[in-house]
Amino acid sequence: MNYEAPNTLDAASALLADAQGEARVLAGGTDLLIQMRNGDVDPGLVVDVKNIDEMRSITTESGRFRVGAAVSGIEIMDHAAFNAAWPGVVDGVSLIGSIQVRGRASMGGNLCNASPAADSVPALIAAGALASISGPNGRRDVPVEEIAIAPGKTSLAKGEIVASFLFPERPKRSGGCYLRFIPRTEMDIAVVGAGVDLTLDENGTCTHAKVSLGAVAARALVVEDGAAALIGSKVDEPALEKLAAAASGAARPIDDKRGTKDFRIHVSGVLARRAALTAVERARQN
Amino acid sequence: MARQHVTTTINGDEADFLCEPDQTLLSVLREELQMTGTKEGCGTGDCGACSVTIDGRLVCSCLVLGVEAEGKSVETIEGMAHGEALHPLQTKFLEHAALQCGICTPGFLVAARALLEKNPDPSETEVRFWLAGNLCRCTGYQKIVEAVLDAAEEMRKA
Repeated sequence: MNYEAPNTLDAASALLADAQGEARVLAGGTDLLIQMRNGDVDPGLVVDVKNIDEMRSITTESGRFRVGAAVSGIEIMDHAAFNAAWPGVVDGVSLIGSIQVRGRASMGGNLCNASPAADSVPALIAAGALASISGPNGRRDVPVEEIAIAPGKTSLAKGEIVASFLFPERPKRSGGCYLRFIPRTEMDIAVVGAGVDLTLDENGTCTHAKVSLGAVAARALVVEDGAAALIGSKVDEPALEKLAAAASGAARPIDDKRGTKDFRIHVSGVLARRAALTAVERARQN
Repeated sequence: MARQHVTTTINGDEADFLCEPDQTLLSVLREELQMTGTKEGCGTGDCGACSVTIDGRLVCSCLVLGVEAEGKSVETIEGMAHGEALHPLQTKFLEHAALQCGICTPGFLVAARALLEKNPDPSETEVRFWLAGNLCRCTGYQKIVEAVLDAAEEMRKA
């Protein structure tokens, strides 16, 4: 195996694009090194992207946050201004693995590993974050929901790297929340995850909302009916009931040892509703 | 690719080693540098037995490549005691009998030290959440948590 740690995105993309055999991006390594150890992947080339400035920094551009795709979870959790603006995303990040894992694991890796149960992904989708991609043909920004297409598979072309996440402007009275269900209290994989992000007007009426579910389909889902149920409402009981029904209706989970299909469908509605309640509470204080 | 030459700092001392590009930092510590205090439990980042800090961040060394240590500062269990003088956490683990077989102990100590550097006065719940990435299969967690809380109290008085 060859190991490279270039300083620029162009150099990293060129290495990946020119690779003959299997090539992998190394950010935190908390998925990649396990896959290598298990023999699931046997890359001839590993490109460590942690020497690339954009991928390791949290910046603002005219009031919009840009978070490097290789920034570790702990660094995100420790960033006070980002926490204040995007608490739902921080909810998702802070549920990934243990302290040790979050010391390394990144949102870019969480997204590109393409697990349907990735905790930061529904939160990023609800937040309306764009994945800012660098590749041999230049840059493109796409909504986060378009990256993972199936378990372990992404829509990225050869040589493309998710360099950073670009967040929208954050209007006043906005809030978000991500919740997951697991049978234990820490260190487990989501049985269901739900992210809700919303904005209220001066009267407390919801003017914008986005809802996403994780672990209940082959990739994280956008629940448009759920957002529609909130927009125009005061996020009151009838709106929350509609949201829960839309989330349960959108879920198409599998049965496995961690949860039955019926249970996951039910919990999708419960979590979407609870996430919306916390998102509203946060929006009112923001 | 040939073995790679890596220059790093381990427990405050400059160190350099040769390693395979796909060799984990855990394997480098144990097999190239004969620093066997850091233990391998699961090898998949679930048990925390291989905990070290890199530039102050607590990580599982089984999930880090040796080559990634280039230019970094690594702290392992070997850097915890100063000669014969044990770290207060080590003393309290002994006093509370917070270990049986000992395989998880270096990881717990390194993780607990990282907690107390960040938060000198953690609640019991905070200790339990912080140590959720460290597994013990012998003694259970009660004595470990008590030892950490007791060490924190003593270190605050010092």
